[in-house]
Amino acid sequence: MLIPTIPETKPIKLSVRDMAFSYGQKKILDGLSMDIHAERVTAIIGPSGCGKSTFLKCFNRIHEVAADVDVSGDIQIDGVDIYRGGIDVVDLRRRVGMVFQKPNPFPKSIYENVAFGPRLFGVQDRATLDGIVEDALRKAALWDEVKDRLKESASGMSGGQQQRLCIARALAVNPEVLLMDEPCSALDPIATSKIEDLITELKESLTIVIVTHNMQQAARVSDYTAFFWLGRLVEMDLTERIFTTPKVQMTEDYITGRFG
Amino acid sequence: MRQFDTELKELRDGIMAMAGVAEEMLELTIQALAEPSQAKADQVNHLDRRMDEWELRLDQQCIDLLALRNPAASDLRRIASSLKIIPELERIGDHCCNIARRVGMVHPPILAGNDLERLGTETRSMVRRAVDAFVGNDAALAHAVILSDDSVDALYGKIYRDLLRIMLADPLCIERASHLILVIKNWERIADEATNIAEEVLFILEGHSAKHPYLHGDSVE
Repeated sequence: MLIPTIPETKPIKLSVRDMAFSYGQKKILDGLSMDIHAERVTAIIGPSGCGKSTFLKCFNRIHEVAADVDVSGDIQIDGVDIYRGGIDVVDLRRRVGMVFQKPNPFPKSIYENVAFGPRLFGVQDRATLDGIVEDALRKAALWDEVKDRLKESASGMSGGQQQRLCIARALAVNPEVLLMDEPCSALDPIATSKIEDLITELKESLTIVIVTHNMQQAARVSDYTAFFWLGRLVEMDLTERIFTTPKVQMTEDYITGRFG
Repeated sequence: MRQFDTELKELRDGIMAMAGVAEEMLELTIQALAEPSQAKADQVNHLDRRMDEWELRLDQQCIDLLALRNPAASDLRRIASSLKIIPELERIGDHCCNIARRVGMVHPPILAGNDLERLGTETRSMVRRAVDAFVGNDAALAHAVILSDDSVDALYGKIYRDLLRIMLADPLCIERASHLILVIKNWERIADEATNIAEEVLFILEGHSAKHPYLHGDSVE
């Protein structure tokens, strides 16, 4: 049983059915089916090259910047197919934000980084933008650290601050889903801890899907954990079950470090 | 072999060694009572110090593994259960000392037959099999140990009733019978501890608690 049937009070936000993904002749993902619940954190774990990051990119179709890609099966957000449901891809990417492994602020001021998205979506009024920037920086637990230097370049910030700025930038367009691709892999333990606390706060209003190589991080921050191997979903369950009593031997071997 | 596996094996070997001391104490306790032998009773008390030393050492090993290895799944269950098995073994040692302390107070014998010796040997067998189940990852054996507890409880109840009858019939036996009631209570507790160890073995192997089965119908699956 790969789709958990546990009692869950939150609705399904993202639904994946029999999904496959290929780059040219190379199949990256195959036969994937899973449900991701709203206001929960779902962690994707698995060895390098198992398709975790590719899977993440399918939720906001950001993979479409690459050529020769083929996606089949269904991915739905709130019950609407994101590939065939007539969804505007720009609006999809507003609804489904993304934070990457390495902090990638624009070479602009702190303020402009956060205001970039809202401006793109037509917000011009300065007072409105100021409010959005402050709100996003507060949600990203960064406001107190940067409120007096909003005009300074984002490149002068520490790695942890830059990553929280990227989260603020994603939050500024009011997304419903936040995809995080190893968001702490370039950060020290203190910055990591701040991001993890932030994830826990953000899930009150967001659906979060996080790819991580750090088993303990998956255990700490997620409600559900899905284990991928060679482009397939091996097991998905409540995180506490995956880390105490996984049902599939391959999952057990992976999380106990006996894999391969 | 991974370094972590080596450390887990060291923990298992340590628990086996501690269990070995417990079995030695159980054997000496049975003999000390039957013969009776104060020398063997003294040996039991002497061995208890080794049990205490093992407890401290193995507790620390478990804490170190939890802190340094971030164990998950079966590794986590094994270490968490070891932290419960170790004090069960230590208490088995304490109960042996409690019995050994009374060796001089229960003779000459007042119980007919060999029920008292049987209670000791059946309890010792439960401890031995519980430890074997732990070492050999043997769930069937652990289940069998848990079932054996009923037989020890029944024997305990029978001896208890016999002792009450003896006390009613002959007040001169009251002092020895009172000590014997404490002796059989300690055997019965040791059997409970063997049961607890067997339950931990099942948790390690099967991933769910075997304790309090009457509650399992209420659990949300």
